[in-house]
Formats: sequence, C-alpha cells, structure tokens
Amino acid sequence: MDNLWAGAGHVFWAYVWPTHILQVLFVAVPLLVAIAYYTYFERKVLAYSQLRKGPNVVGPLGLLQPFADGLKLLLKETIVPSGANRIVFVAAPMITFSLALVAWAVIPFDVGVVIANINVGILYLFAISSLSVYGIIMAGWASNSRYAFLGALRSAAQMVSYEVSIGFVLVTVLLCVGSLNLTDIVLAQRHVWFVIPLLPMAVVFFVSGLAETNRAPFDLPEGESELVAGFHVEYSAMSFGLFFLGEYGNMILMSAMTSILFLGGWLSPIPLEPFTWIPGPLWLLAKILFVMFCFLWVRATFPRFRYDQLMRLGWKVFLPLSLFWLVLTAGVLTATGWVPAHAG
Amino acid sequence: MNLLRGARGLLLTELLSGMALTLRYMFKTPVTVNYPYEKGPLSPRFRGEHALRRYPNGEERCIACKLCEAICPALAITIEAEPRADGSRRTTRYDIDMTKCIYCGYCQEACPVDAIVEGPNFEFASETREELFYDKEKLLANGDRWEAEIAKSLSLEAPYR
Repeated sequence: MDNLWAGAGHVFWAYVWPTHILQVLFVAVPLLVAIAYYTYFERKVLAYSQLRKGPNVVGPLGLLQPFADGLKLLLKETIVPSGANRIVFVAAPMITFSLALVAWAVIPFDVGVVIANINVGILYLFAISSLSVYGIIMAGWASNSRYAFLGALRSAAQMVSYEVSIGFVLVTVLLCVGSLNLTDIVLAQRHVWFVIPLLPMAVVFFVSGLAETNRAPFDLPEGESELVAGFHVEYSAMSFGLFFLGEYGNMILMSAMTSILFLGGWLSPIPLEPFTWIPGPLWLLAKILFVMFCFLWVRATFPRFRYDQLMRLGWKVFLPLSLFWLVLTAGVLTATGWVPAHAG
Repeated sequence: MNLLRGARGLLLTELLSGMALTLRYMFKTPVTVNYPYEKGPLSPRFRGEHALRRYPNGEERCIACKLCEAICPALAITIEAEPRADGSRRTTRYDIDMTKCIYCGYCQEACPVDAIVEGPNFEFASETREELFYDKEKLLANGDRWEAEIAKSLSLEAPYR
C-alpha cells in the first residue's frame, strides 16, 4: 500500500509539473476576471437597452462594481438550512463552478495554444456540459425546499432535452471535419466558417446553448415570479456566488464553443494581409465577446418561455430539425465525395 | 397563408426584428438622472416634508384652530393649545407622526392662515423611527429653513386656489 501511494506521488510529480499549474492559472485567472466583468457587461447592456446607464458609481464608469459585489458575497454569512443535507448542499456549488472551469482545458486559443490537446476534445466538452446538470440537481435536492426542488427538476429536464439537439449539431460539425479534436475543427474552417454552410445548425446550437446555460428566454429554473429563485433559493454568500460564477463561466464557455465550432475559432475573417497581422487569440476573443454579447442581447429582447413551449421547442422543433440537417449533411457529403479524410 | 407564417417562423424574422429594436435602443441617450448629483424638477404643488411657517415679524402663524388635526385622514397630527400670556390662542404642542402621514396635503388645504404646509424637501430619511416623530420645534425649524422655497411655490400656486 505504501508503495502504491509513493508510486502515485511519483506519477503526480512527473506529470503535474509547475509549468502545468502555470498553464492552468494562465487560463483560469483571466477567466475569473472575465466572469466578473461579464456581470458588469451584462448590467451595462441591459441598462443601455432600457435607456438606463447601469452601474457607474463604484470606480470610474463603475468598473470596480464586480469587485464590490464579489467582496460582498465573500464577506456575507453562508447559511445552511437546518433541513438541508449539509454535504451535498455544500458540494453542489463547488461542482457547478469547477465543471465550468474544467471544460476550458481543451479550448484552443491558437495552433498549439491549449492546455490539453486531446483527440476527443469535443466529446470531453459535451461530457462536461452534461455533468453540470448534477450540480443543479444536487443543489435542488439538498436544499430540502419545494421551490429549489422544482427549479432543479425544471433545469434538469431542460438541460437534458437541449443536450440532445446539441449532440446532433456537434455530430453534424464532426461530419464536416472528420476529427473530434478542437484544433482540427478550427483548421477545417480555413476556407469557409461553418456558420455559412451550417447556418440553421449554428442557430440551433446557439439557442440550445441559451437553454443549456439556463439563460433568458429559457431561465425557467430560476423563474423569480413562480419559483422565487429556483434551485439556488436557499443559497447565500459565496455558495451562491459559486453558482453565479459557474453560470457565467458556462455562458463564456458556450460562447467559446460557438466561436470554435461555427465562427472559425482563431482564424481571421478574411485570410488576407492586414487581417492576418492580428494574432489569432485576439480574433478568438473578439468572436467570443460577440457571442457573449448575443447572449445578453437575447436576454434584453425576449420574454421568458412557458415551460411547455420550452419543451415543445426542444423536442418537436430542434430535435427533428437537427436530425434532418444531420442526414442532409451526411447525404450531401457522400453524394459529392467531400467526406473529409481521417485527419488524425 | 399558413405556409407563409411557417416560413417566417423558420427564418426568425420576427425575433430578428425584435432584436434589431433592442439594438437601436442601446444607442439612444439614456434618460437616467444621476440622482444624488442631479435632481429632477419639482412641481410647486409637490407635497414633501411638513413645515410650520411664521409671519415676517417672527410671530408663528398657527392659531391652534385644529382644523388640520380634524381633517388628517391618517390621524398623524396631535395638537394641544392654551391661551398665551398676551391672551392670543397658541399651540403648546404640535406633533406630526411622519410615519403615519400619507402626504395627502389636506392639512395645508385646511389651514386658514397658511401655517402648516408641505414643503419641497423629500430627503428626510432617518435611521431611527423616533426621528420621524416631529414636534413643534422641529416643524418651526423646517419652516425657517425652507421659507424661501415655500413662499415661492405658494405664490405660484395662488392663482389656482
């Protein structure tokens, strides 16, 4: 037994070298700052679309507002309801948050600029985003509150439904690429971004992404008017903060996935001289920011769906549509002989 | 007709036109008033914090007729009166419970001598409930403090009374 543990330690230090930790920090820290400022960005976008100004008092242009909010959440008391299952209750936000961070391991920022360039990157992303429903179910169940439980049920049903069509969209993209590696997926878009030939799929992916991250107009799990706050009613202080960070982290992740799958990742929109001078990560950042803005734009525009409408859209519209496009894409690829050669 | 509707639904035209509208609004000038630094205009009829006024010679206007106490629908006003040494009838106690007051303005309508008025001040929030139980001293002080503004709004309002 001793030998086994010593061996494990040896393996750990052989593989997890300080450079790895640095790489992770290089992605995680900017990501956390991005999450913080995404909340600020959201408040500003919503405010300006309603002819308001949004936060503008804390710091110049209100830029320190996210830190003030974060500090508030950190300093408040974490209350665990007496009827709650303590362990699950505390673990749920941690799971939600860490899953939102862990997914970034496979996101490529440029050729070779990625923490883990694994061959099943897209599968990994799909698995991680499916797992994130557990955080929510655990939160809803462990809170021992009806509102939280109903919110969690809604959220679980919604995420599972829309994951099906997300899966078909991913398969459609994979058919056009011939590889599950995210770098290969981006490089396959050198000639044309997938958003052009697969536009309906891009729309389905974006809308399913909204549902997957529980964002407006699919934010029924936290429907204030009927469920108070949904699965996180009983959470306070930083345990709530972790849910919050997780949700925004998932939104940024969804934006990154949309950029990589459909908007050509780090490729410049026009592969000509002045545009290719701008480094790839900046292009990726610009695309991610655009999709992030679309998330908020949609929230500023549309009212919330009714629950049966949400389910109908998922199962009766998106599922047949994505299935149809999957078959169509496969048919076109075989008929024209464009089936990509195995990239690996 | 149904086909047309289906096509429009599939092409998301209505959703996109809605989003275009939101986008247009994002570039309009916000209507925000930066409240503590900027303030909106107040009508001369504005009914804010109460004040007891004085005549220019410093004599208090209130003659303890108790019409305001009688008309107050919230029963927020309490008055006790006695003849003063010079024989004139004056209040010994004039309390307004600002936590009961509904700011209806009936007291200033009822007052025959324009003594009790609701001034333009609305920033009198306090940290304790007790601070909102105004006595005669506080109301007279308010009158002295806001006399210029109160006199101006009363004169602007005079033609309509």
